Amino acid sequence: MTTTPDTVTGTARATEYPPRRKKLRHTQGFLAFWLLLPALLAVFGVVIYPTLRTLLISFFQVDSALATSTPFVGLQNYAHVLSSPGFWAASGRTLVFTIVSTTFELVFGMVVAGLLNARFPGRWLFRTIVVIPWAVPTIVNAAMWKGIFNAQYGSLNALLTQLHLIGDYRAWLGDPNTALAMVIVADVWKMTPLVAFFLLAGLTSIPGELYEAARIDRASWPRIFRSIVLPLLVPSISIVLVLRTIDAFKVFDIIYAMTRGGPVNSTQTIAFYAYTTAFSDQSFGLGSALSYLIVLAILALTTIYLRLLRRSEMSLL
Amino acid sequence: MRIRRMNRRGALAASAVVATLALAACSVTGGAKANNPTAGSTGGGGGPVTLNALFMKQAGYSEDDIAKMITTFESQNPNIKVTPTFVAYEALHDKIVTSAPAGTYDVVLMDVIWPAEFASKGLIQDVTSRFPDSWKTDMLGGALSAAQYQGKYYGVPWGPSTKLFYANTDMLAKVGATTADVQTWDGVLTVAKKLKDQGIVQYPLAWSWSQAEALICDYAQMLGAFGGQFTDDSGKLIVNQGPGVQALEWMKKTMDDGLTNPASTTMLEDDVSKTMASGQAAMSLNWESTYRDLNDPSISQVVGKVAVMPTPTGSTGAHPGVNGSMAWAIGAKSAHSDEAFKLIEFLSSEENQDQFAVSQMPNWKASYSKPDITKTNPDVFKAAGVAYDSLISRPEVPNYTQVSQILQVEIQNALLGKKTPQQAMDDAVAQANALK
Repeated sequence: MTTTPDTVTGTARATEYPPRRKKLRHTQGFLAFWLLLPALLAVFGVVIYPTLRTLLISFFQVDSALATSTPFVGLQNYAHVLSSPGFWAASGRTLVFTIVSTTFELVFGMVVAGLLNARFPGRWLFRTIVVIPWAVPTIVNAAMWKGIFNAQYGSLNALLTQLHLIGDYRAWLGDPNTALAMVIVADVWKMTPLVAFFLLAGLTSIPGELYEAARIDRASWPRIFRSIVLPLLVPSISIVLVLRTIDAFKVFDIIYAMTRGGPVNSTQTIAFYAYTTAFSDQSFGLGSALSYLIVLAILALTTIYLRLLRRSEMSLL
Repeated sequence: MRIRRMNRRGALAASAVVATLALAACSVTGGAKANNPTAGSTGGGGGPVTLNALFMKQAGYSEDDIAKMITTFESQNPNIKVTPTFVAYEALHDKIVTSAPAGTYDVVLMDVIWPAEFASKGLIQDVTSRFPDSWKTDMLGGALSAAQYQGKYYGVPWGPSTKLFYANTDMLAKVGATTADVQTWDGVLTVAKKLKDQGIVQYPLAWSWSQAEALICDYAQMLGAFGGQFTDDSGKLIVNQGPGVQALEWMKKTMDDGLTNPASTTMLEDDVSKTMASGQAAMSLNWESTYRDLNDPSISQVVGKVAVMPTPTGSTGAHPGVNGSMAWAIGAKSAHSDEAFKLIEFLSSEENQDQFAVSQMPNWKASYSKPDITKTNPDVFKAAGVAYDSLISRPEVPNYTQVSQILQVEIQNALLGKKTPQQAMDDAVAQANALK
C-alpha cells in the first residue's frame, strides 16, 4: 500500500525538464545559490566548523581553555571515556530518560491529537491552549516544575498530602529514586504538545471518505484505528519519533536548570556529563570525545529508524 | 545515478579532509596567543576604555551596591567605562573558563578554590609585581589565600568570607534555650531535638547539601569542628580517616533523627536563607550577608529574631569556618590590564569595602578596629572577627573541581543512605587518587 506520492520526497529530477527551460532554470539556480549562500556561511560557522574542530580536539589532550601545549593522543580520549564507569552510568540514565519520556510523549500526544481532531465548539481555543507548554522557554518550564516539586512549598506536596496519599512533604528532586522521574514529568509536559501537533497534522490529512467507507463496512473503532488511522499516521509518528529521540538523547537544558545532575548524579545525563567534563574539569579532549560518542549514538539511532521506516514503505523520510 | 552519488560523497569527504587539515594548521585552542605580555598595557594615553567585569549574583554585595561602586569609579576615572555582568555562583567557574579564549572579561571574580586551577592553566594574569608589600600584612590572611598560588599573586582579595551560625532566638526561647546552649554542635543537637519534640518547628536544621560546592562548604565546617583537615601534609586526601568520617556520620545522624530538613539535599545557601526567613528552620549555617537578608522585612518574617555567632565547636573544641573568600583577577587575554588593575584596586580598597560592610566584610585588618565601621553591622563584625582567626581551607590543587565533584557525590551517597559514611569516604579518596 503506497500512500505517499513521489513528489513529497522532495527530489526534483533534473533530467525531466524540457531543453528550452534550461536557461530559465540556470538563472533560477544562480539566484537560489546566492540567496542560500548566507545561510551556508552561517551553517558553516556555527555547525560545520565547530563540529570538525571538536572532532580534531578529541584526538588531543587539551587541559585548559588556553592550553599552550596540546599533545596528540590519538584515540586515548575515546578509550578513557569508554572505560570510565561514569560514562556508562550517564549513558544508562540517558537511555532511561529517552525511552520513558519519548514513550509518554507519544502516548499522550496521540490522545491529545485525537481529542483536538474531534469536532466540538471552541476547538480553536483548546488547540491554542495546548501549544502553551511547548511555547514556554525550557528555563521557565524548569523553574516552574522546580517550584511545583519543591519540598517545602511545592504544590505537588500540597496536593498529595491533602489527598492523604503521602503523610509528609517529600523532597522529590532531592531523592535519587525520584529525581529523574520528576525531570521526565517536566519534559513530557513541555514536549507533548509538539508531538500532538505533528500527529494532529497527520490526522487531519486522513480523508473523511475512508472513515465513511469503514463505517459502511461496520468496522469497529479499534479496527478503524488499527487499519486506517495508525497506518496513515506512520509518517507523522516516524518524524516525531526521530525528532524526539534525538532531542531527548542530548537533553541538557532542563537538567541544568532543575537539578544540575544531582542528587548523587542521579539526573546526570550524557550531555550534562560531557559539559561537566569539558567546562568544569577543563578536560576539553575528553569532553570532545564524549560529544562525538553522543553524535555516533544518535547517528546509529537515526539510521536504524530510517531503515525500519523505509522498509515499511510508508514513511515520508 | 549511482556514480553521481559516489561523486557527491567523494566531494563531501574531500572537503571534510581539507577542512580538517586547515583546522590542524591552527592551534587546538586559543592558547597560542594567550599570556602575551605586550597585549597587557595600553599605555594609558589612548581614548576611553571599556572594561568588562564578571560579578557574582548571589550573597555578599547586591547588584545595587555594585552599581554604586561603578558609578564612583567611573566618576574618578572618566576614561574608563565598566560593563558588569552578573552570574550565579554555580555558573561563575564555567563562565570564566568558556569566556577565556575569546578574552571577553577583563576582570573576573574568583573563588578561593580556583587560583590553583586558573593560574596553572594560564587563564588569569600574574599580578605579583603590581601587588604592594604592605597589602600582604594589612589584609587578612584568609582573604589573601584567595589570590595566591605557589607564592605568587594572581589577584586581589575582595572580602574574606566564612559561614557563620544563625539561630532563631524566638524558637530557642520556647524550649528554654538561649544562644549559650548552641555554642557546641552537641548543644545544637540537644536543642534541635527539643524543638522537634515540642513541635516548635518540624525540621529545626536546614543545610545547603545539594550536589554543589555549597555541600563541601558545610562539610568543611563540620570537618574542622571534628578536628580534621581535607589533606595531610603531603597533600593526600584523608577524609576517610577519623574526623572526616565522624563529621559525615554526624550530618547523617541529623537526617536520620529527622532534625535536618530532608529538602536540604536540594538546597543551596539561598534556599537555606529563605527557609530561615520563613520560620521553617531554627538554626543553620550561612555566609555573612545572610544576616542582612534575615533582617530585611521585605523578604523575612524573622526580622530581629535571629542571632549570629561563630560556628559551634565540635568534639575537639575547635571551630574553624570554611574559607570562602573571593578575589579579583585579570583575564589572561585582557587588552587593558592596567585599567583592569585600577578597577580592582578601587573595588578592593579599604575605603570602598568599608562603605558596604553590611553586605560583605572588609578584608582590611584596620576596618575591624574602626568603631564607625563596625557599628554599621555590629553582630556580624563580632562573630566574623572570631571566625576569621581560624579558617579551614579546601584543597588548593589545580584539579580541585574534579575532587569536589567526587566528594559531593560520595557525601550525598552517605546522606541519602546509599552507602555508609566510611564506605562513601573510602570511595571518594580512591576516586580522587585515581585522577590524573
